[in-house]
Amino acid sequence: MRGQVSRKTVFGFIGPAVIGLAVVGIAPLLYAVWTSLHFYNLTKLKRVEFIGLENYMTVLTDGVFWQAMGRTFFLLGTALPLQIALGLMIALVLHQPGLTLIKTLCRLSLVLPMATTYAVVGLLGQVMFNQKFGVVNQLLGGADINWIGDPENAFAMIIFWDVWQWTPFVALVLLAGLTMVPGEVEEAARLETKSKWTVLRYVQLPFLLPGLVAVLILRTADTLKLFDMVFTLTRGGPGSSTEFISLMIQRVGFRGFDQGLASAQAIILLIITIILAQIYIRVFYKEV
Amino acid sequence: MTSTRSLWTQIALLVVIIMVCVFPFYWMVTTSLKTQIVALEAPPVWVFEPTLDNYREALFEDGVLRTLLNSLVIAVSTTVLALILGVPAAFALARFEFRGKKDLWFWFITNRMVSPIVLALPFFLIARNLGLLDKHITLILIYLTFNLPIVIWIVTDQFRGIPYDLDEAARLEGASQFTIMRKICLPLAMPGVAVSAIFSFIFSWNELMFGLILTRTEAKTAPAMAVSFMEGYNLPYGKIMATSTLIVIPVLIFALIASKQLVRGLTMGAVK
Repeated sequence: MRGQVSRKTVFGFIGPAVIGLAVVGIAPLLYAVWTSLHFYNLTKLKRVEFIGLENYMTVLTDGVFWQAMGRTFFLLGTALPLQIALGLMIALVLHQPGLTLIKTLCRLSLVLPMATTYAVVGLLGQVMFNQKFGVVNQLLGGADINWIGDPENAFAMIIFWDVWQWTPFVALVLLAGLTMVPGEVEEAARLETKSKWTVLRYVQLPFLLPGLVAVLILRTADTLKLFDMVFTLTRGGPGSSTEFISLMIQRVGFRGFDQGLASAQAIILLIITIILAQIYIRVFYKEV
Repeated sequence: MTSTRSLWTQIALLVVIIMVCVFPFYWMVTTSLKTQIVALEAPPVWVFEPTLDNYREALFEDGVLRTLLNSLVIAVSTTVLALILGVPAAFALARFEFRGKKDLWFWFITNRMVSPIVLALPFFLIARNLGLLDKHITLILIYLTFNLPIVIWIVTDQFRGIPYDLDEAARLEGASQFTIMRKICLPLAMPGVAVSAIFSFIFSWNELMFGLILTRTEAKTAPAMAVSFMEGYNLPYGKIMATSTLIVIPVLIFALIASKQLVRGLTMGAVK
């Protein structure tokens, strides 16, 4: 019978990985839970003491946490629709027959932004969006826009880079969906109607939906994770205008030295992530 | 008539997409070839005399070479470790029935999504207490938290595609499960193993936050080094872009090699 092996054999194969993951992945989380229940400040290590849920109460009633959350979801809410609209457009262009060579080139170019080191994206932002000698202002016809030093412009710049880096991902996911539409079905639909919109809405959309759900969940998770690019570009500033949730926790824990409070914030973030992961599993891994 | 016109719009669109994707890299490389004086010209110049001074200075005077080597050692070690631990686990997930499979999957997906700051806080305190700050091994181990799931996921997928009849035939001849994995399935799963290794390398090489928090000088990674140029007033833009170019080139090459599997890997198989 397939799959019937002794427990010992199973453990021999999977044990090392599970133990490895438990040591580096789970033990630190338990430690974070412990820290979150204590007053734990890096500058006052003599005074570490148990304070129960006080840190959690502070997080939940504290405006800073919710502001950072709100900012994070505002970024998601502005960048994701742009990524989906542009991504769909790119996917539809690539899906049309013909022009193989330039389309292959285009597909390869799309891979580049996704793979780029986040920190390098941030550094590129520093150089290209510089007010005086940045190429962006030059391309805007010699504009004199202060991108990095102005709260709203800095936010727009972050949106730009997020869209630049992740629209290709959305495009390739949607393209994969488009290629799932059976050729005969698409052709038959095109003979029936001249409207591209009708074909998209009634023939292609059902095949795009799983990809769209995946994009929605993964982009949400990735925006909650977002740190490297913003840290190198604006450090969360000016003020706290681009301080998204992961940056805020990093600031509280390492620049504000309050590890207890930061851990409580991190645990709440972890709970949100677990819920997202559960949804993802329910939708995509029915067989597991 | 309309068809030629739509053909031209299509070409124009494709060219625009390619240019938007590639332009930042063009700008990065050209800036890296500018002297500080040229780099600070306003408005920026497009034609100038290129120089490799930034690369020479960054690599040999500022110690970027050493941080690149650190990044290389760390990314390769964590990848090898993830393969050693992950391949047998993947074989078990693909071939055996056992309880707790669901929990493992849940764990992998959660790890794909969780913010690194959640692990960085406790890892920093633990590493500090154990005297493991600024050591290569610390990053090698912490990178396992995202490399191991991705390796296990991709390789499991690959093992599942290998017909079970092959195992069966070998088993009738008395081969152990380990021999079956090593001699029969692993050679056939090599493409998947290679792709998972590329993913693992890219993720580790690109990582900044842990590198920033857990290293100082000895084990400093290349992205952390690039960021440390950003302090002070007179920023060495050419040098920063030279370092960026050195960091980005290997990942871009690897990403192009694995481009067909990139989306599938990033979505953990949800998108074929």
